[in-house]
Amino acid sequence: MAKTPARITRRRPRLAVHKFSSCDGCQLSLLNAGEGLLALAGLVDIVHFAEAGVVDETAEADLALVEGSISTPEEIERIQAVRQRSRYLVPIGACATAGGPQALRNPADTGAWLAGVYPDPELVSALPTATRIADHVPVDLELRGCPVSTGQVLGALQSLLRGAPPVEEREKVCVECKRMGHVCVLVAKGTPCLGPVTATGCGALCPGLGRDCYGCYGPAENPNTNSLAGWLAAQGLDAEVIARRFEYQNSAAPPFRAEADRWHTKAAS
Amino acid sequence: MSTPVTHRELRIQVPVLARVEGEGALDVVVRDGGIEDIRLRIYEPPRLFEQFLVGRSYTEIPDLVARICGICPVAYQMSAVNAVERLFGCDPGPWFRHMRRLFYCGEWIQSHALHIHLLAAPDFLGFESAAAMARLHPQEVTRGLRLQTLGNRMIRLFGARSVHPVGARVGGFWKAPSRGDAAELRNEIAGAIPDAEDLVAWTASLPLPDNPQPFTCVSLRHPDEYPMIADRIVSDGGMDISVDAFEAQFEERQVAHSTALHGLHRGVPYLVGPLARMNLNGDRLQAPVLDALGRAGVRFPSRNMYHSIVARSAEILQAMLEAERILADYTPADPAYLEVEPRAGTGYGASEAPRGLLWHRYDLDAQGHVRYARIVPPTSQNQPRIEEDLRLSLTRVGLDKDEATLRRIGEMVIRNYDPCISCATHFLRLNLSR
Repeated sequence: MAKTPARITRRRPRLAVHKFSSCDGCQLSLLNAGEGLLALAGLVDIVHFAEAGVVDETAEADLALVEGSISTPEEIERIQAVRQRSRYLVPIGACATAGGPQALRNPADTGAWLAGVYPDPELVSALPTATRIADHVPVDLELRGCPVSTGQVLGALQSLLRGAPPVEEREKVCVECKRMGHVCVLVAKGTPCLGPVTATGCGALCPGLGRDCYGCYGPAENPNTNSLAGWLAAQGLDAEVIARRFEYQNSAAPPFRAEADRWHTKAAS
Repeated sequence: MSTPVTHRELRIQVPVLARVEGEGALDVVVRDGGIEDIRLRIYEPPRLFEQFLVGRSYTEIPDLVARICGICPVAYQMSAVNAVERLFGCDPGPWFRHMRRLFYCGEWIQSHALHIHLLAAPDFLGFESAAAMARLHPQEVTRGLRLQTLGNRMIRLFGARSVHPVGARVGGFWKAPSRGDAAELRNEIAGAIPDAEDLVAWTASLPLPDNPQPFTCVSLRHPDEYPMIADRIVSDGGMDISVDAFEAQFEERQVAHSTALHGLHRGVPYLVGPLARMNLNGDRLQAPVLDALGRAGVRFPSRNMYHSIVARSAEILQAMLEAERILADYTPADPAYLEVEPRAGTGYGASEAPRGLLWHRYDLDAQGHVRYARIVPPTSQNQPRIEEDLRLSLTRVGLDKDEATLRRIGEMVIRNYDPCISCATHFLRLNLSR
């Protein structure tokens, strides 16, 4: 090493991990990192990460990873406060970037749904919608996926710690699937695979098992959902089944929502 | 405080519980030397899974219910396929039974290893976090992380990834792994069995408080297996029922301080999870597990709730031995699933999630579409038992103790149950008042 910049001796970056409405699966990208987790604890000061034992919701952070969607009035207030105390705010996972599976309630009557689960729904505080973080505060980067992977999160952290913007995967599952040499489950098996419209990052896992992609990483760049849906209809799939294909973890991502609505309408007519 | 203890009113609040899965808090009100009120508050927002399952096909259930919990998605998938297959009259047979068990062993190992090392052990050794514990106990922590990683590897063999795995379906699996991949994993498991034996000795050597309590244990029971997926639910109160009859024996009540419903058995709290399973199924453990427990000097059945951590480590060893055995006899199947024929009716199914009994009910129409779904997760069943334990444990420690001590004990009691709050809310903050 020729020169050590003076800035390298400054304090270690502060990392916070916040949870909103979610399954905790995306935090597991860190908790499942094995010895990588201990290495990370050596690189940054973890100032808030409740599941890992560090609780200080009001701590200022250089980088805040946010898991989960906004689905209660309290969460709206809390995300504003997190934004104010964080230099970089990075939503991770389908809940934080598209609302997650709980956004399936957005087109429905949430009051009736609450009454279906709770004898006294008035005791439960819930918004009629579950929405992504970027709908409430400005975000600096989004990491998609249900769930995000350890490599994806640690890779982004490594880049950010070195001051470089992480490379965002937006190409389609199809492209990765071809590179891996899997047999196309859409063409060869006729299954309703979402690979042509879904962002990669998973490693084309589902086609690798001979099954159709169900869109966990959300819409790819320029997804031609209309063309894919038309093709599925030409294969004889019911309009309602086509609509439901777009309604898993990323149902509130605009291209998926629009396509689902279009086919629900066709199914009703 | 200068007020005499007998008249003091103390309010202990733990606004965000650390080292638990999900969001919860604890409120305790102490008045005149007794606990007036105790509330394990679960404020995890409801995500309403049972509602958005309605209208979906039975084929879509496993991928949707996985998302209830990132730590135990396999449990959700297995209870669901069990319920649907029981309704359809489909018994896939021994190969599928063994492979599902292998898949499930991976989840027990990763979830238990995570809880023991990252969540629970720091309590007993006096650390704030696993990272702090790792500086003084590096070998134990890295051993635990290795086991956790191995558990995740086992899930990936059939599931392709460990969080929200994509390999399970009604009728079996999407694809069976190659002999080569199975053999490689078997070697890794065989090599790590000594780690699992050492872990049993280590958890038993921790300074665990002696805190015996009366409680009812509930778990699944299988004719010859340590229970993972089974058809009978038993208790140490003499109950022995089919999973179909769960609703007649167990109820869920809503309380104002929790978005998780409270489970009761014949009106009283009960325990599910590793300690309940060990207490009811010790006769189903493999000889090396009994030997390891014998050497460690811990006997089950046990009434000491803190033996839960030893139970978890024994279950890790049991799961490693079973997984190694299953892989030793492995042959792939192609296809790796049976075709099923939908049937209208109500399907009940259950499995033992790492945290305890996970019961599902699905009412399906003739096309196999969900008309009604009900999911009863382990943490909502344990919640009244945790509140009962808090009452007993805090009283035993002495309510005149300083607030920091009471808060620490309260958190330790709760974490010992490995509450999974995301699951329970279809869970913690300590707020102590006195």
